[in-house]
Amino acid sequence: MSRMTPTHTDESDAETDAAMDATTDAAMDAETDTAMDAETDTAMDATTDAAVDAETGPARTDPAAETVLDLDGIAKTYSAESAVQDLSMSVVDGEILALLGPSGCGKTTTLRLIAGLERTDAGTIDLDGRTLADPASGVFVPPEEHNIGLVFQDFALFPHLTAAENVAFGLSDRPESERDERVAELLDLVGLTDHADHYPEELSGGQKQRIALARSLAPEPDVLLLDEPLSNLDIRLRVSMREEIRDIIKATGVTAVWVTHDQEEALSVADRVGVMNDGRLQQIGSPESIFERPASRFVATFLGQASFLSARVAGDSLVTDLGRIDADRCAGLDAPDGSTVDVLVRPDDLRAAPTDGAGDGRIVRRQYQGPAFVYRVELSDGNTVHCLHNHTENFEVGEPVTVEIAADHSLSWYPSE
Amino acid sequence: MSALERLGGPLARLGSSDSELPTGLVLLSGAIAAAVLSPIAWLLFRVVNAETDVSLLTQPTTLLTSIGLVAVVTGASVLLGVPLAFLTVRTDLPFRRFWTIAVALPLVIPSYLGAFTYISAFGPSGYVADALAAVGVESIPSIYGFSGTALVLTLYTFPYVFITTRASLLSFDESLIEAARTLQVSRLEAFRRVTLPQLVPGIASGALLVALYALSDFGTPNLLRLEVLTQAIWVEFNGFGRETAAMLSLQLLTITAVILAVQSRVGDTTQGAYVGTRAGTSGDTTVSLGAWTAPALAFCSAVVTMCLAVPLGVLFVWFRRGGSSIGRTRLVFEWSYATNSVLVSVAAAVACALAAIPVAYLAARHRSTVTEIIDRATYVGYAMPGIVLGLALVFFGVAYGSTVSDIASVVPAANYLPTLYQTLPLLIFAYVVRFLPQSVGATRSSAMRVDRNLTEAARLLGRSPLAAFREVSLPLIAPGVFAGAALVFLTTMKELPATLLLQPTGFDTLVTYIWAIRESGSYGAAAIPALVLIVVSGLSMVVILSQEK
Repeated sequence: MSRMTPTHTDESDAETDAAMDATTDAAMDAETDTAMDAETDTAMDATTDAAVDAETGPARTDPAAETVLDLDGIAKTYSAESAVQDLSMSVVDGEILALLGPSGCGKTTTLRLIAGLERTDAGTIDLDGRTLADPASGVFVPPEEHNIGLVFQDFALFPHLTAAENVAFGLSDRPESERDERVAELLDLVGLTDHADHYPEELSGGQKQRIALARSLAPEPDVLLLDEPLSNLDIRLRVSMREEIRDIIKATGVTAVWVTHDQEEALSVADRVGVMNDGRLQQIGSPESIFERPASRFVATFLGQASFLSARVAGDSLVTDLGRIDADRCAGLDAPDGSTVDVLVRPDDLRAAPTDGAGDGRIVRRQYQGPAFVYRVELSDGNTVHCLHNHTENFEVGEPVTVEIAADHSLSWYPSE
Repeated sequence: MSALERLGGPLARLGSSDSELPTGLVLLSGAIAAAVLSPIAWLLFRVVNAETDVSLLTQPTTLLTSIGLVAVVTGASVLLGVPLAFLTVRTDLPFRRFWTIAVALPLVIPSYLGAFTYISAFGPSGYVADALAAVGVESIPSIYGFSGTALVLTLYTFPYVFITTRASLLSFDESLIEAARTLQVSRLEAFRRVTLPQLVPGIASGALLVALYALSDFGTPNLLRLEVLTQAIWVEFNGFGRETAAMLSLQLLTITAVILAVQSRVGDTTQGAYVGTRAGTSGDTTVSLGAWTAPALAFCSAVVTMCLAVPLGVLFVWFRRGGSSIGRTRLVFEWSYATNSVLVSVAAAVACALAAIPVAYLAARHRSTVTEIIDRATYVGYAMPGIVLGLALVFFGVAYGSTVSDIASVVPAANYLPTLYQTLPLLIFAYVVRFLPQSVGATRSSAMRVDRNLTEAARLLGRSPLAAFREVSLPLIAPGVFAGAALVFLTTMKELPATLLLQPTGFDTLVTYIWAIRESGSYGAAAIPALVLIVVSGLSMVVILSQEK
């Protein structure tokens, strides 16, 4: 098969990139960070449910597919600091699972545990029904017996071997003719047949990436692991490369676990996304389900610019600064009458409109993104929310505005803090 | 890798999991380090069991002479090396490339050969004295004694300061001076406040090499009849005052330790280690010498004449006269001396390379307290004067011999145990202890370039740890191993004091042959071996320079 072409047009990429920046800002906001720590326990419950339940939403994976990789309660501690805690998840045949989280969340450690490059302190790892690690019964299979491929962040190509020799490295147990055939096949798959005799230092970043991918795929691994595969590439190359890698993975049908800190990357390449924070899996499900129904404040803020409206439950409705909302619009609202909850509102859920009166608040910041504006509005009670507007809707900083909830989907809510 | 993982990684490797300290490798490296440290243990053991009066420990004159020699030689080397470095890097001195090479070249002449030729030229009834006597000058200052020794040692060690200072000047970012100038600082003040602090670490590391050399050198003071510690040790050793020799050796080691401590205070500052991105690119700040060009050229010419023209001229004269001298002596040069030199040097190089691989690989790949200690231990040879090392191994060989004969009085079969004293294995072991640092250094720097991920990638592609080492790590560190071995080979060729103390009877090398000629006075016969040694030293410089790229 020939090289895949990226499906995105340049224009749409630029747009998503811009939106992404805003998202990242919000996710890294310190104010939201504290919120998610307190939330961890609630989130975990949600996670456990989500992981086993079919209610994870419309997954892109065939529901009948078999589990290939199964992690059960794994944990890893480095000198009293825990890197991974009680992590359980299953990866089914042929799917791409993205492990998403901020740096230090334990996602790379999880990958290294699966690869056998680190030993788990607790829990079990099963691959295709074979136990790879189970410290309780003293089982630890060394990495060379795993049949797992790993694409390293820095590619880790052997500098003293050519591209073709790198790809052939994992095929040393095959007869020479078969080996040559397989190498040729993979070089063709990644479109680098012409570079077979080049040494790594003669290859560009994208070419190294493709050779690294070909090398990992050559021995036909049960599972392919990718550790931040795009982070060492030029930003302009990332979007096209991620489509290309996804296409190659799908073409070979291999099961893949793809670690990234980039939410857009995770949402666009994965069949399912697992969000990690602080060594724990916060939520796992289809990209749509985790974006639309984040199980915790952390997931909500990490996946996109998020604001929270405090609301008081009053019978059939919720009383907020922006007026009443029907309680029906909040999925599964079961908070008692009179209690307060926080409702998740993303920039595209809200509309601001200039007003002559006092309004709901004032515009305090204007972020121009080219195709769109994101206005930051400080509400009368001191909360801030973000509103997404077309680039033609130009308001001034300091202008009083009214804000209305324009969302046409159900809203997520979290117990108030 | 996340921040937490980066933080936890090195600590976690002290634990027990797969990516952590490999026990076999640690034990092997630990054994090598222990072997390398053992000579010090023998020395201490000998001193502790000494029966001689402790008052002998203080030999104030000798001690002061040694310290004085180190101070004068180091100071003079800085005074010669720094201006020469500045002239060749930062000024418009004519023929800068030529001077750069010519000024560094004295390093290829072992200082004892320098001393040899200086005696021949400036000694009583030397060439210069004879020539001057012909024109009526009856006496010239004696080459023997403190000033002569200091002169010769300076001439053959100042290039260390020249080279390190030059490297600092070359890596110095000119834009820093420009930045200082924009902050309203004068040219002179910019030099004092910006350039100089950046140069100090470079000058200090060169000065350290000079100081250690001046302290540990045996050949030069011996030839020039200066009573320094190394000379006193030699005299005591030959006069069967071995316990005194052991105590003097400890004094020498103590001064070495002090020098190292001082240097680590002065030279090891990270703020001086700044290396600019535009190093040496701008020619705008080159200093124009103007009227100073002629004095600068005269200075460079004088230095090069003293360092190179004198010894090479003398060797040339010897070479021409070689035939006539040989008739007067039974010390006929035999090519077997050269093959003996090559033989022991090859053995030392191979042994060093084999010992360096586990130590260097462990140090580069598994950073921890244990590996750090092992790595540092192998550097002891760096600071151990050859004569001290030789002496310690003589003690070891003799003690081993007497233990064997003790056992043999009970168990006669022990008589068949091999002896060690004055055998090749002990001599080669001495070379390994002395030169292992060169091998470890070169091997480690290439092992550092083998990324951890590469071996992990090999593991995941089905290789056992050993196979991953063989197929991935070894090919990548091989250039460093070869360079280190080459360096050991070349330095072993010219090593003098340990060779003299440990040479097996009847086993002569180029070095011991030259040394024997010293006593016979028929210098002409030394021309060929001396020239061979100079070529060998020249090659070792080439290896060092190619490694530093």
